[in-house]
Amino acid sequence: MAATRRARAASSGSKGAPSLDADQLEQLYRDMLLIRRFEEKAGQLYGMGLIGGFCHLYIGQEAVVVGLHALARPGDSIITSYRDHGHMLATGMDPKGVMAELTGRIGGYSRGKGGSMHMFSREVGFYGGHGIVGAQVPLGTGLAFAHKYHEDGGLCFTYLGDGAVNQGQVYESFNMAALWGLPVLYVIENNKYGMGTSVERASAPGDLSQRGAAYGIPGKAINGMNVLDVIEGCAEAVEHVRAGKGPYLLDVKTYRYRGHSMSDPAKYRTKEEVARMRAESDPIDQLKQRLLTDGVFDEARLKDIDRDVKAVVGEAAEFAQHSPEPDPAELWTDVLVEA
Amino acid sequence: MPTPILMPALSPTMEEGTLARWLKKEGDAVEAGDVLAEIETDKATMEYEAVDEGRLGKILVSDGTEGVKVNQAIAILLTEGEDDSALDAAVQAAQSGESAGASGVIPAPGDAPTGQSPPPQAATPPPAAAAPEPDAPEDDEPVYDKTRRQSVREALRDAMAEEMRRDEAVFLMGEEVAQYEGAYKVSQGLLAEFGDKRVVDTPITEMGFAGLGVGAAFGGLRPIVEFMTFNFSMQAIDHVINSAAKTLYMAGGKMGCPIVFRGPNGAAARVGAQHSQCYASWYAHVPGLKVVAPWSAADAKGLLKAAIRDPNPVVVLENEILYGQTFDVPEAEDFVLPIGKAKVERKGDGVTIVAFSRMVGVALEAAKTLSAEGIEAEVINLRSLRPLDTATILRSVRKTNRLVTVEEGWPVAGIGAEIGQVVMEQAFDWLDAPVTRVTGADVPMPYAANLEALALPTADRVAEAARAVCYRSQA
Ligand SMILES: Cc1ncc(C[n+]2csc(CCOP(=O)(O)OP(=O)(O)O)c2C)c(N)n1
Ligand SMILES: [Mg+2]
Repeated sequence: MAATRRARAASSGSKGAPSLDADQLEQLYRDMLLIRRFEEKAGQLYGMGLIGGFCHLYIGQEAVVVGLHALARPGDSIITSYRDHGHMLATGMDPKGVMAELTGRIGGYSRGKGGSMHMFSREVGFYGGHGIVGAQVPLGTGLAFAHKYHEDGGLCFTYLGDGAVNQGQVYESFNMAALWGLPVLYVIENNKYGMGTSVERASAPGDLSQRGAAYGIPGKAINGMNVLDVIEGCAEAVEHVRAGKGPYLLDVKTYRYRGHSMSDPAKYRTKEEVARMRAESDPIDQLKQRLLTDGVFDEARLKDIDRDVKAVVGEAAEFAQHSPEPDPAELWTDVLVEA
Repeated sequence: MPTPILMPALSPTMEEGTLARWLKKEGDAVEAGDVLAEIETDKATMEYEAVDEGRLGKILVSDGTEGVKVNQAIAILLTEGEDDSALDAAVQAAQSGESAGASGVIPAPGDAPTGQSPPPQAATPPPAAAAPEPDAPEDDEPVYDKTRRQSVREALRDAMAEEMRRDEAVFLMGEEVAQYEGAYKVSQGLLAEFGDKRVVDTPITEMGFAGLGVGAAFGGLRPIVEFMTFNFSMQAIDHVINSAAKTLYMAGGKMGCPIVFRGPNGAAARVGAQHSQCYASWYAHVPGLKVVAPWSAADAKGLLKAAIRDPNPVVVLENEILYGQTFDVPEAEDFVLPIGKAKVERKGDGVTIVAFSRMVGVALEAAKTLSAEGIEAEVINLRSLRPLDTATILRSVRKTNRLVTVEEGWPVAGIGAEIGQVVMEQAFDWLDAPVTRVTGADVPMPYAANLEALALPTADRVAEAARAVCYRSQA
C-alpha cells in the first residue's frame, strides 16, 4: 500500500519530517476524528435551528490542518477563512467554546457575537476566522511581519482556498512577503471547488503551487487526503520558513464532502465523485487502516477512542445548548476599547 | 422513545419548505447518512440525510407538501428495540411538539428541551407571507390594471432577461451567476437563454471584475455586475467610485460609464458582522452614482430595468430576505419606474414614516398598529436614495408635521441624517416635533440571535418613535 510506504518514510525521518511514535500517531487519529464528529454534530444542530447563518463544515479536509499543525510549534500563529472549525480544534481550542459560539451563546469564544466564521484565541495563536474571501492572506502576512519584528522564531500558517487564490490581495501579499523575507507559510486548501465553481473554471491553467514563482516563492503540491503525506510533504516547507528563508507556498489537494455551507444544491459535481473520494481517499479511514495494520492500536483501543471523542463532542453540544444567550447589554460592548 | 425527524433548516433564511419526495418508505431501514427525502427551499432542492440509524416508523408529511415549517416533525424514526407499538404515542408527542414549535420552542429530538434559553429562531424575520399590503398608490403613480404575483427574485430575473433581449450590449457578470444560477438564485434560466458569452461566471476577484466591467462599459457594453452580496463590494469600491462614478466628470462629459452594480445589501439572518451591513449611505454619498433600493417585486423590476437603461453607473441595493416575498407586478410590456421618485405606499395625516428596502414592510406593519390607536401614518417608500425624492418627503411632512425615518444601517451620517437635515432646511416651520431616526444599532452586527434582533429596527420600535413624535404614549 502506497500510503504505508510513504508513512514509513515519514517515521524514518525524511528531510525535516519528525519521526512519529505510537502516541503521536494515535493523537493524529484522535484529532481528525474529533473534527469529523464535531462537524457532524454541528450539521445536526444547524438542521435543528440551533445554529444559524452560514456554517461551513470541514468534513473531508481533516488531514490538512491536523498534519500541518503537527509541524507547528508553540508561538506560531494560524489564520484562515470562514471554514475554520477544524483549525480551531486542531490548535487545541476548547470544543465547548467553539460549539457554543456556533449556537450564539455567552459561553462561545466570541461570547456569541462572532458566530461560526469569527472566533479568535491569542492563547493558542489562532487569529480567526475571516469571512471575506482572501482577506486573511495579508493579515497572515502581517502576523509574519510581527514574528520577524519580534524575532520570536515563530511563523504564520496562512490558509486560503483554491477560490481565494485569485484575489488580487493574495499577490500583493506574496510580493511583500518575498521582498521582506517574512516567515509565512501559505497553504492553499485546494478542495477543488469554490462554492459551485471548480478550479478549472476559476483559475487559468497551471499549477497553483507555482503561483508565487514570479516572486521567487518556492511551491509544492501535497496529497492532503493522507495525514502522514501532509506531515512528510510539508516538513521541508516549514523548515524553509523557520530557517528565515522567506515564504513558501503549498497546494494541498483535499476534498470537502459536504456542501459549501449548509445550503448547497450540489449540482456542480456528481454524487459518484463524492462517494468515490469518501470510499477511496478518506483521511480517517486511511490512518485507521494503517495503524491497525501496523499494530499501533487494535480494535478495542479504536472503540475507546471513538467513545472518548463522542463524549467530548456530546459535552460540547450540551454546553452549547445550555449556555445562555448573551445579556442584551452585550449589544453595546466591545465596539471600542474604553480608554 | 422513537425519535421525531424534523423539517431541517437548510439555509440562513429558510423558514419553511416543500417536502418534494421521500426516498425512504415506512418500514425501511435507515443508516446515518442515508438520504431520507428531497426538500425544496426557495433557493434549491436539497437532500436531507439521516443523522441517526433505525427504521422509518411513520411518515407524517407526505410527498409534495408545501409550506412545511422548519422544525415541524415530518416522520418518526424507530430506533433499536422499538416496534410499531411505540408509534402512536410518538406521533401524538410529535404533533403536540409541532404546536410547541409554533410557539417558539425547538423540540430537540430525543432530548427534552426544558431549561433551554430562548430559541435562536425568535429573531428570524417575519415569514414571507407577512409582507403587508400597501394601500392604493398615490394619484401620480400610474395604475396598472393587469398584474401578476411574483417574488422579488423572479422580478429581478425578468428585468434582466427583458433588458438582455432588448439590448445586445447588456450582459451579466459575477460569481456563480451562470452555471449555479446565482448564489441566491436570482439569475435562474439566464445562462440557458443567453449563453455563456452574456452570462459570465467570474473567479472570486471583485476588484478585478468590477474594474473589468467598468472598462467594458467604456468599450460600449452595458454590464450588470452582480456582487454576491454588497459586503464584497468593499473589495471593489475603488472601481465603483474612482473609476465608474467619477469618469464622466473627469472627462468633461465626453465619456461616461453605463453600468449596474447589483446584489443583496444589508442584514440577512445570523450571518455575522462581516456579512451584514447596509451600504445605502456609503454609495448615496457619492456624486456620479445613482442608488436605488427596491422593496416590492414591482419596485425591483421597474427600478432594475431603469438602472440597466440608464447611461450612468447605478447601484441597485437588493435585500436577501425580500427575495422570496411576493407582490403584484404590472404585466405591461414596458413597465419601468423612474429613478429618483419615491412612492407613497400608505396615506395618512398623523405622521410621516420614510423607509426603503425591507424597512418599508416594517414601516407598513407599524402603520397598522398605529392606525388601531388612531394615528394614521403616511408611509413613503423612497425607492431611490440618490437622487433622493425630497419633494415627496417635504410634501408629506408639510401635511403631517412629523417625521420618522427608518433604516437598517448605522445612524452616523446615515440616510436618516440626510433626510432630517433636508427637512430642517426646507420645512423647519412645519415641524411639530424633532425628526426622529430609527436605525440599526451603532455596533457591528452581532451573531447571537437575541442580540441580532436588538440590533435591527422593528415595527414596535418604529411605532414607538411615531408615538413619541405625536406626543402620545401607547394606547
Ligand atoms: C470577497 C468575497 N467574495 C465572495 C464571497 C462569498 N464566498 C464565500 S466562500 C466563497 C467560495 C470560496 O472558495 P474557496 O476559496 O475555494 O474556499 P472553500 O470554501 O472551498 O474552503 C465565496 C465566493 C466572500 N465571502 N468574500
Ligand atoms: Mg475551495
